[in-house]
Amino acid sequence: MSITATGKRSFGAFLWDYLTTVDHKKIAFLYLAGGGFFFILGGLEALVIRIQLIVPENDFVSAGFYNEMITMHGTTMIFLAGMPLLIGLMNFAMPLQIGARDVAFPFLNSLGFWLFMFGGTLLNLSFLLGGAPDSGWTSYASLALQSPGHGVDFYILGLQIAGAGTLMGGINFIATIVTMRAPGMTYMRMPLFTWSTLITSVLILFAFPALTINLFLLMFDRMFDTAFFNVALGGNTIIYQHLFWIFGHPEVYILILPLFGLFSEIFSTFSKKRLFGYTAMVFATMLIAFLGFMVWAHHMFTVGLGPVANSIFAVGTMAIAVPTGIKIFNWLATMWGGQVTINSAMLWALGFIPSFTIGGMTGVMLGSSVADYQYHDTYFVVAHFHYVIVGGTIFGIFAGLHYWWPKMFGKVLNDALGKLTFWLFFIGFHMTFFIQHFLGLMGMPRRYWVFLEDQGLDMGNMISTIGAFFMTAGALVFLYNIVYTAIKEEKASADPWDGRTLEWSIPSPPPFYNFEQLPLVRGLDAFWLEKMEGDGTMPAGEPLQDVHMPNGSFLPFLMSLGFFVAGFGFIYQTDNSLWYLALYGGMAFAIGCMVVRSIKDDHGFYIPKEELQKVLDREAK
Amino acid sequence: MTEETKIDHTQAFQRKKNKEEMQKQLISFGLMIVFTLIAFAMVATGGISKIYVIPVLFIMAIVQAGFQFYYFMHMKEKDHEMPATLIYGGVWAAFLTLCGLVVITWW
Repeated sequence: MSITATGKRSFGAFLWDYLTTVDHKKIAFLYLAGGGFFFILGGLEALVIRIQLIVPENDFVSAGFYNEMITMHGTTMIFLAGMPLLIGLMNFAMPLQIGARDVAFPFLNSLGFWLFMFGGTLLNLSFLLGGAPDSGWTSYASLALQSPGHGVDFYILGLQIAGAGTLMGGINFIATIVTMRAPGMTYMRMPLFTWSTLITSVLILFAFPALTINLFLLMFDRMFDTAFFNVALGGNTIIYQHLFWIFGHPEVYILILPLFGLFSEIFSTFSKKRLFGYTAMVFATMLIAFLGFMVWAHHMFTVGLGPVANSIFAVGTMAIAVPTGIKIFNWLATMWGGQVTINSAMLWALGFIPSFTIGGMTGVMLGSSVADYQYHDTYFVVAHFHYVIVGGTIFGIFAGLHYWWPKMFGKVLNDALGKLTFWLFFIGFHMTFFIQHFLGLMGMPRRYWVFLEDQGLDMGNMISTIGAFFMTAGALVFLYNIVYTAIKEEKASADPWDGRTLEWSIPSPPPFYNFEQLPLVRGLDAFWLEKMEGDGTMPAGEPLQDVHMPNGSFLPFLMSLGFFVAGFGFIYQTDNSLWYLALYGGMAFAIGCMVVRSIKDDHGFYIPKEELQKVLDREAK
Repeated sequence: MTEETKIDHTQAFQRKKNKEEMQKQLISFGLMIVFTLIAFAMVATGGISKIYVIPVLFIMAIVQAGFQFYYFMHMKEKDHEMPATLIYGGVWAAFLTLCGLVVITWW
């Protein structure tokens, strides 16, 4: 493969390239596209929920379908939209930020993506095959074991497959950051987004096994007649809740920590200042991750754990507000006295601070176990977690897309449309969810299909639904912006934001090998340092030499396909034993692909240094 | 001439080190088998009461895990700080999980 060949290619070649790619940037685009697709799907499900609740006793959808909607909205947004979009951003930016040519295990990266995609597809096919899961996104065992049909089975198998992919992604990122930093890039010189990627990956590594085990136990209970959670047969249904939240609470930090890192980069870039309190930021992130494992039972205050357990978990929960507060103040101090530029990326970051802080404040309120008896399972909780997940994660993903779009595709997203997206979404978001705090305090319970007239809930729900349409409009403007930018906008320079970190020192979009020579890092904000004290280019950290790159492979796709087919086998073998064919066939196929991968040597290929020299000469001109 | 002797010295040193390493591995392997036998014997004979057997089993299990990590998986060597941190982090997370389930749910 020549690095100079950039002619027009047929669609078939393009498709084959993406099906077999192991390039971290292309896999990032796949993650963003896949996550974006599920984000739209989850958004439509949210609209159905809000339309159903626009007036009292509405019958837009049936009660059963409403249950499927709330379940799939939550599951899709957390597992199939939020996390993949984040992993997409991490996949794209992290190797560039540490000055690496790819992730440590490119094959595993591709496998992680295809497992996610097939898992997500399996889960959503349930809509067409007799009904989606309907026991809530937490799928508590007491509900899940009662749920008729195959909906919950799709939930179990879909998440099991997608979760395996996420776990691989986490391991891969840890290995990459630990072993593949450019010369001079010590841990305390890593950009904060890279730091938060590392810590998030550790959270994934430790939290996801709990989900895996839990899903297995639930699967055995539903399909193979065990009784781990079945109280009537001597099981314990509370164990499911514990295991779920031992995973679930770190999961919400997995969803927010990468964005904490990203916002740090954006604040520092657009304030033209070094991040205030870099070391404190790093240790605050670690502390949040550490404490995040010790607070899971605050989701279960009303289960009846007793006053001692409740108090311990309440205190632990409130303690997390301290490192988070450190971060908020550091961001404010970063902007203090800086040359602040307000563009779309920065607007999202600015909108994040008040929104997320409100979510954090209601979090401390919910963390008080005594008060929680009042808030539990009301719209107050719904408002709280949408303030942190939308106000933190979704704002952050939009900010990240606006920030890195020029690096990804070589064009800056149209700023006017970007600002319109922000304002529509921001106003819609606060309209939808702020009023829900009060609906909750007035006693409106979560997950109910209808509410009654004249209980003081009519107006609030109407406002909330109108807000949801504003958010939809914002998202549509963003999609329009992507098309508009691709057609109308001028090509951007390599460094349109006057950036501080390594990814801005290479062309946009970057060549597939990222760096001709790995850069030498002399301090924090490496590229900025060279702009201020050097000649504005990164010094080389190694002599020009042949570059070793991995070959593409179709095996990850095939392996994931095998597990996908086996998933159907597991789901339907309770109906007809012929489905064992799919079960064993799919598993055998997937394992066969693994054997092929293990036996067939693939040493990758080298880009000769002469070709790289040509590129360098061209750049020098 | 001097170059060659230097290489000889290095090689001799390496060989000696490898030999020592091998010895340590064999000793820890032997100890692990002995531990397993003791554990098995303690339970199989049934002569000792539960309250002593369980803590002793726990201690021997921890020591064996230590051998596994430090000798067979080379965690004692240099540049293994990061894997060590992650392994201890994982142990901590697992410990919390078990503690939570045992103390809150089953006690």
